[in-house]
Amino acid sequence: MDFGLTEEQEQLRESARHFLASECPAQKMREIAADAPGLSPELERKMAQLGWPGLIVPEQFGGAGLGMLDMAVLLEECGYAAMPGPFLFSAAIAAYALAAGGGDEIKTRWLRALAAGDATGAVAIVEANDGLAPSDFAVSARTAPAGAVINGVKMFVPYAQSASFFIVAARTGAGARDVELFVVPANAAGVKIRPLKALDLTRRLALVEFDGVLAPPEAQLRGGADLYERVLGAGAIAISADSIGGAQRVLDMAVEYAKVREQFGKPIGSFQAIKHAAAEIVADLEPARALVWYAAYAFDALPREAARAAAMAKARACEVYSRAAGKAVLMHGGIGFTWEHDIHFWFKRARLNESLFGAPPYHRERVAALGGY
Amino acid sequence: MDLNYTPEEEAFRRQVRNWLDENIPTSGLRGFDRNADRDKSTLEKMKIWQRRVHQAGYLALSWPKEYGGQAMDPVRQSIVNEEMVRTRAPALIGAMGISMVGPTLITWGNDEQKARYLPKILTAEEIWCQGYSEPGSGSDLASLRTRAEIVGDEFVVNGQKVWTSNAHFADMMFCLVRTDPDAPKHRGISYILIDMKSPGITVKPLVQMTGDRGFNEVFFDNVRVPRRNLVGKLNEGWMVANATLFHERNMLGSTTTTQMLFNRLKALAAATMRGGRPLTHDPVFRQRLADLEIRVEAMKYHMLRQLTDSIRGRNPGLGAWANKLVGTELNHDLAAAAMEAMGDYALLARDDGHAMDRGFWPYEWMFTLGLVIGGGTSHIQKNIIAERGLKLPKSR
Repeated sequence: MDFGLTEEQEQLRESARHFLASECPAQKMREIAADAPGLSPELERKMAQLGWPGLIVPEQFGGAGLGMLDMAVLLEECGYAAMPGPFLFSAAIAAYALAAGGGDEIKTRWLRALAAGDATGAVAIVEANDGLAPSDFAVSARTAPAGAVINGVKMFVPYAQSASFFIVAARTGAGARDVELFVVPANAAGVKIRPLKALDLTRRLALVEFDGVLAPPEAQLRGGADLYERVLGAGAIAISADSIGGAQRVLDMAVEYAKVREQFGKPIGSFQAIKHAAAEIVADLEPARALVWYAAYAFDALPREAARAAAMAKARACEVYSRAAGKAVLMHGGIGFTWEHDIHFWFKRARLNESLFGAPPYHRERVAALGGY
Repeated sequence: MDLNYTPEEEAFRRQVRNWLDENIPTSGLRGFDRNADRDKSTLEKMKIWQRRVHQAGYLALSWPKEYGGQAMDPVRQSIVNEEMVRTRAPALIGAMGISMVGPTLITWGNDEQKARYLPKILTAEEIWCQGYSEPGSGSDLASLRTRAEIVGDEFVVNGQKVWTSNAHFADMMFCLVRTDPDAPKHRGISYILIDMKSPGITVKPLVQMTGDRGFNEVFFDNVRVPRRNLVGKLNEGWMVANATLFHERNMLGSTTTTQMLFNRLKALAAATMRGGRPLTHDPVFRQRLADLEIRVEAMKYHMLRQLTDSIRGRNPGLGAWANKLVGTELNHDLAAAAMEAMGDYALLARDDGHAMDRGFWPYEWMFTLGLVIGGGTSHIQKNIIAERGLKLPKSR
């Protein structure tokens, strides 16, 4: 019985926090967020030098071959920094999809490039009707002599603009499990990307239209509905980990402010109204962190519990982050409502995390259904 | 991270489970023992039960061997705790002694005190109660005024304690008294051990909102206590008491009770029909149930994380300050959800003939609220998290 991080995982956490504090402090985060692509090539290159994009990529394809808990530890720090860029979507979700479902040809072409930092993958899952279940899908893949032909519109695709390839979920029939994942190069004929203007400035979102896009047989990932579920699980865990880090950051910001800001002749942190708000964040956050670690561990080690654990983590961690961010803004008073103060970046990222890949009610329903209620 | 138990631990768990299956008394005591009314014969049975647990080697597993413990790691202790809850073993009547005064004496007591008190804590020959709160000193415990003056070889104690659980049958009390009224409030307090049969002690029952007699007022009128019953140094009782609170917070109680409450709630919802379908399929209640289960699971891993810290010999981090707040509120929320599921049946007292499940949930709903209050209300817990955990400035 050991429910804790290994020494290596703790080192990863320390070095990530240290690296991001120097390479992506709030001022740098704001600069990247203000720049149209929403990412810093320099930062991406430095992360590649540290081996981050290949963290969960098998060693034979140039990665470190680590697991989802290692990735969660790293993503917690990225969330703490509100680091902009495609990292989470590419290194945690697309990389997992390729590693789990790709044939050698796909892995050699895309997974190796992803691990080296030479390519990024984007996940095109959410539909125009905001649905995640295959039965909600309008995007379809029709069998043709040369492979599958994909038609339809995906929405809210993170970092489509800078992606080298997409992982596209498409319906292949009328059944609830008739879903397949395809790898589509961003420059494939028939792919059109229309940027969306997102509230969260640390993320880029786009609408991606697939107009008769041909996916050759090797571009179809193996695993069907099961793989799709796993990819959603990876996404849920990744966003949950980012959320835990973000919630920690807004707590730290609010506590620091409450120690220096004075009213009525005292630091506002000496007033119980402020103390209780901060304590409530702690009481939400600490158990949620343990739940996210468990879900990340279960993803690799406990296949039968993994889907439900991921749903639990996503439902809880994202709600905790949003609530923490709201409280932390309030604790700052007027300054917290300004553009000048940094906290609104985390506040908005919390809202994106809460919704993307399933809001808490969606995941609670999954918890109930998978738990046999 | 590895959530598997070793083969040795699994074997130990089976051994504990088998022992419990064979030894749990079949009449009278079994089950959630929330009833604080304890008549003489129940009390005697409970003492016998604790003695048997002790003889089997399943009590105070982490205490050193020389004091009757087993010197085992916290995993073994958590296995025993889990199995006791799971098999609905009777409560341990001497829990206050085992989890609070015992560890304090192991840390602060002198050899004579350890030899005199520790064995009888385990054998349930002496039941302990805690003399902390006073009518004027609840959340502000350090303002306590029960006075102990030194006269010769004795303390002479005058004053009053309140909310004293088990005082009506306890043999001993660990008590905070003011020994220096002129010192700053935290520095004039001493931690002493009082024989409850001493002349001058009057115990008056207080009836709880549940209708049970669970706690008491205790009055001291020139009660004489030998000076050798002082634990730690004179006027340093606040430090000694904080060590006890530390033990209380670190009681690596498993969350098995909470999980069992959730399972019972889920079974209730599945069996309750509303509008032609079970409540588990009501979209609103289903969401609430899932939310509660998620919180129960989060708490489980939160505690496992602290168990791991304790095995690794590390201080539990910031999160440990939140255990009491999160755990007690979660139990109360589970009971409140069950009350909603029961509809008007939640309105019946437990001795009504139509009461569901012999009034388990309405009782639990009230009982768990008591736990949200006792040992520092949620408001106080939030102050503690903020001041000790987050180092926000004190407001006092």
